[in-house]
Amino acid sequence: MSTTLASFQASFFAALLAEPDAVADAPFARQPGFAVYRNTVMAGCIEALEANYPTVRGLVGDARFREIARAFVRAEPPSDGVIAGYGAGFAAWLDAQPEDAGSTLVGSVATLDRAWTEAHLAADAPLLEPGALIAFAAERFASSRLVPHPAARWLALAAPQAFAAWRGRREGGIHDDVERRDEGALLTRPDGAVVWTSIDRAAVAFLDACAEGNVVADALEAAAAAEPGSDVARWLPALMHARAFTRIESRSEGDVSQGNVALPLSLIPAGDGRREAAALGRS
Amino acid sequence: MHRPGLGVGLGLKPEHFDAALGWRGDGAWFEVHAENYLVAGGPRRRWLEAVRGAHPISLHGVSFSLAGSDEVDAAALAKLAALVRELQPALVSEHLAWSRFGGAYLPDLLPFPRTREALDRVAANVGRVQDAIGRTIAVENPSHYLALDGHEYDEIDFLAELARRTGCTLLLDINNVHVSANNTGASADDYVDAFPAALVSEIHLAGHRADAQLGARLLIDSHDAPVAPAVWTLFDRFIARAGARPTLIERDAEIPPFAELVRERDAAAAILDRHVAVAV
Repeated sequence: MSTTLASFQASFFAALLAEPDAVADAPFARQPGFAVYRNTVMAGCIEALEANYPTVRGLVGDARFREIARAFVRAEPPSDGVIAGYGAGFAAWLDAQPEDAGSTLVGSVATLDRAWTEAHLAADAPLLEPGALIAFAAERFASSRLVPHPAARWLALAAPQAFAAWRGRREGGIHDDVERRDEGALLTRPDGAVVWTSIDRAAVAFLDACAEGNVVADALEAAAAAEPGSDVARWLPALMHARAFTRIESRSEGDVSQGNVALPLSLIPAGDGRREAAALGRS
Repeated sequence: MHRPGLGVGLGLKPEHFDAALGWRGDGAWFEVHAENYLVAGGPRRRWLEAVRGAHPISLHGVSFSLAGSDEVDAAALAKLAALVRELQPALVSEHLAWSRFGGAYLPDLLPFPRTREALDRVAANVGRVQDAIGRTIAVENPSHYLALDGHEYDEIDFLAELARRTGCTLLLDINNVHVSANNTGASADDYVDAFPAALVSEIHLAGHRADAQLGARLLIDSHDAPVAPAVWTLFDRFIARAGARPTLIERDAEIPPFAELVRERDAAAAILDRHVAVAV
């Protein structure tokens, strides 16, 4: 609809985000007060990105981050009034910047910051407790669906050193564990606060397959295809301990179970899963 | 128009959640920006629910773009309606401003020429919000930094006509009155004296600061300082005429210790009490 109000707002909007020397020659834009709106809009967007990408900011430094953020705001201004969720496209945009082409690390760290924000703001839902799979018959388990918790986020890392760099800063340390390599990361919200753990490619593929609605047998196949020889008995208990799932749906009985089902014993050797869970970081 | 029980409230920031939970004050209530809680779940919602369990809550919208040439965002409105149903806030409010255009949202309260066309748009948007949440809202006078061409109404007439058409009430932000009068060369006293007191369901008080380059010629509605003496004087002037109204102390940046905000709250409460006492 082309109206006087709409055309005023179109020119005002364009002048708010334009480069300083490209501000429209409208009467309002020549008044000193117009800078108040320009500064408030840009500062609000940059502060939101600083809040949502604290690890990227720590990695590149405050001044450089503000520079990057200003360019991103002009490219992708917020689309939603919930500014706490602003910047969904930041990691992809960073990856596409020629000057940062050498740094897949920054892009990967941005995807981790984004995963934290999404986990933090996601819907509440029951947690499938680790013990819930005990006494679950193998055939029934294979044909069931594990439903990821709405606050669970997992990702394969383009830069294998990214998770160590990210968690080092999130956990209060600055130094990077430069030797450490992680294939993927899992963030969950078991008790209000977002926590994280390292997972391998097989576990990422398994979670992807579960999220697509595949039954456990098919999800295990996807995991094996992603990483042949991967040991499900090592990583599945770790996913359970991290509370990555909200429920298991048993197809054979057509019901939805929470809490009364169990992993076949062959799939629950005690070791690595519990150690991994104990090492979960806290936000 | 005065709601028994709502005296002077405080804008609530995450830094003060714990302090707010344990604190009790006569007539106390808390206002939050609705958008910070229009999220699916998680700790933010739990904090707000806990505060709601202890105090009346006011939901103050900053992004619904009532004066936008586009319709109010339907998805955001559905989330607001759900939050209102869940929290049963004592007050719900928004601004006479716009912040969305062409699918983008810019975090500020933007000005527009107050034309007949704009009044139709704002009234339609206020109607959409009120229909969605099933109650009336209060609409706030914004801060002004520009002299715009093309106004067909002055602000008070525009707001009064908006209230007449939609049944909305008005939120009188007295710091905004002071800042706007200073920046546009108008009289804050005249504005406060002419404001339709019977429509006012809430008052905002906040701090401002002078522009770093232009000084006091250009005041910024920064909410990062205590309420200024001139704003206290205007508040006293309005309350003397209108009587007590639910009043909010806003602080959105440079957040001081909770006790400092409580002292400002007590100062506002003393003004409300004094005029109630005079009226008796």
